[in-house]
Amino acid sequence: MFSPEIEKKIDNTIEKYPHKRSALLPLIHIAQNEQGHITEEAIAYIAERLDLVPVEVYEVATFYSMYFLDPIGKYNLQVCRTISCMLCGAYDLIEHLQNKLNIKIGQVTSDGRFRLTEVECLGSCSTAPAMQINFDYHENLTPEKVDQILAKLP
Amino acid sequence: MAELKVLTARFGTPNSTHIDTYLRDGGYKALEKALKMTQDDVINEVKKSALRGRGGAGFSAGVKWSFVPRQLNKPKYLVCNADESEPGTCKDRPLMELDPHQLIEGMAIGSYALGANLSFIYIRGEYWYLIDILEKAIQQAKDRGYLGKNILGSGFDHNIIVHPGAGAYICGEETALLNSLEGKRGHPRIKPPFPAVVGLYGCPTVVNNVETLAAVPHIINKGADWYRELGTEKSGGSKMFSLSGHVNKPGNYEVRMGYPLMDLINIEGAGMRGGKKLKAVIVGGSSVPIINAEAAAKCNLDYESCQSVGTMLGSGGVIVMDETVDIFETTFNLIRFYNHESCGWCTPCREGTDWLLKIFKKIKAGMGEESDLDLILKLCVNIEGRSHCPLGEAAVWPITSALKHFSDDFKKHLRKSLPVLTMAK
Repeated sequence: MFSPEIEKKIDNTIEKYPHKRSALLPLIHIAQNEQGHITEEAIAYIAERLDLVPVEVYEVATFYSMYFLDPIGKYNLQVCRTISCMLCGAYDLIEHLQNKLNIKIGQVTSDGRFRLTEVECLGSCSTAPAMQINFDYHENLTPEKVDQILAKLP
Repeated sequence: MAELKVLTARFGTPNSTHIDTYLRDGGYKALEKALKMTQDDVINEVKKSALRGRGGAGFSAGVKWSFVPRQLNKPKYLVCNADESEPGTCKDRPLMELDPHQLIEGMAIGSYALGANLSFIYIRGEYWYLIDILEKAIQQAKDRGYLGKNILGSGFDHNIIVHPGAGAYICGEETALLNSLEGKRGHPRIKPPFPAVVGLYGCPTVVNNVETLAAVPHIINKGADWYRELGTEKSGGSKMFSLSGHVNKPGNYEVRMGYPLMDLINIEGAGMRGGKKLKAVIVGGSSVPIINAEAAAKCNLDYESCQSVGTMLGSGGVIVMDETVDIFETTFNLIRFYNHESCGWCTPCREGTDWLLKIFKKIKAGMGEESDLDLILKLCVNIEGRSHCPLGEAAVWPITSALKHFSDDFKKHLRKSLPVLTMAK
């Protein structure tokens, strides 16, 4: 169901591990990075590749916060809300983004460009407040800096 | 400045992630040396150094290694815990980002001591950009013969796999990490059996934090005595501290064990932001009890001193709060965190954190009563020591300590009295 290049990546990943079920988390990442979110077809496909039943893939996919079963928009804005970021202004950032994008936490803008979510500690405590846009870290943020970052996104 | 440069010595080096600069700076000499030692000698050296687990538990690394039954006819595994997600902690990130070979060398030495031919770096999925850095470094080490078959002609084979997590605080707990690495939900396992005997794939496994393993090459190179003497008798060496919150210069600082907490705040951190007064500190990441300014003044950064002021060194995530902070609000933030991250396996933690969050929400909405504070403490008693893994305690300690030291911050949110209907005359 994937391009030959991705299929090769999946083969290599499975091959690395002494027990192939260990490839489950990496494979879900690969599928999600390809398709934007985790589709039912991807779950069935991964299950087949790892000799699992689909529900075994599903139960893992629903446990971890970085896996999405629904479309998440082009840019997933993940603002850290935990204590160190909170002390340095994370709540104001979240408020600012909700107003700016006119969506609430967990929602996607109508054009599908942005999804806004709060996440727990990103490991940017000494460079707080922080957010991740998809996989990219943005740190020492202020509302003005967030505006500049969003304006520069392609 | 009492800042020490052991683990962080190469952070400013241009191109510090490349094996050429690492070798130029004396890299992989410790591995060469270790491969000429017996496995027991390597373990004893680490034991003698008083290196204690830097992930939070503070257990002696050498003793942990010695629990592995090497004679057992099963594969052994070393797993590096790079799932750094304890709020307030961001020290493993620069260790991997700026000096990946230091970690790889530490893992190679550890694996040799344990007889492990395969080891893993379980890295939190959010640190995606580090996977590339680590994999490049691993490839360089393979190309130069420090990983792979018959390392430096010793007959010892060793490989490292970088394994991404996918967003779950609980996977920092070693047995949950192992389940996750096996492709399952990150539910912790019952201990015993301990991973050293029954770990990954049912085989003997040691799980060590990034910082712990990164210290190993220095211990082998310069000796256990040298390392131990950097710190205190029982807490050897240096340690990274992530300083965050209301200081002028937040950042990751490496200092000797036993360094005064106030010096870290006032010297490394350049004092309180805006010249405000210190109100509270969480010394070891969010899971340890919060302390007030008075206790902070007496606290040194080692395991024993932290204990003597009623807290723990934990992971070294030092969160500093000034006088403007409402400790009810920060505690609310943390119970929401633990409720969100509870894996749901056991009832005390799953339901208990849920109830705690509900009561905090009630108080925040201005509907709280004096009796709610008692109820919070009752719930805490029913979680602590009764949960399947330490996440239960981690959720409770910040609350009970906050109520003990900062009860006024809670009380001011309580409803003064029940609304009374007045009869019209």
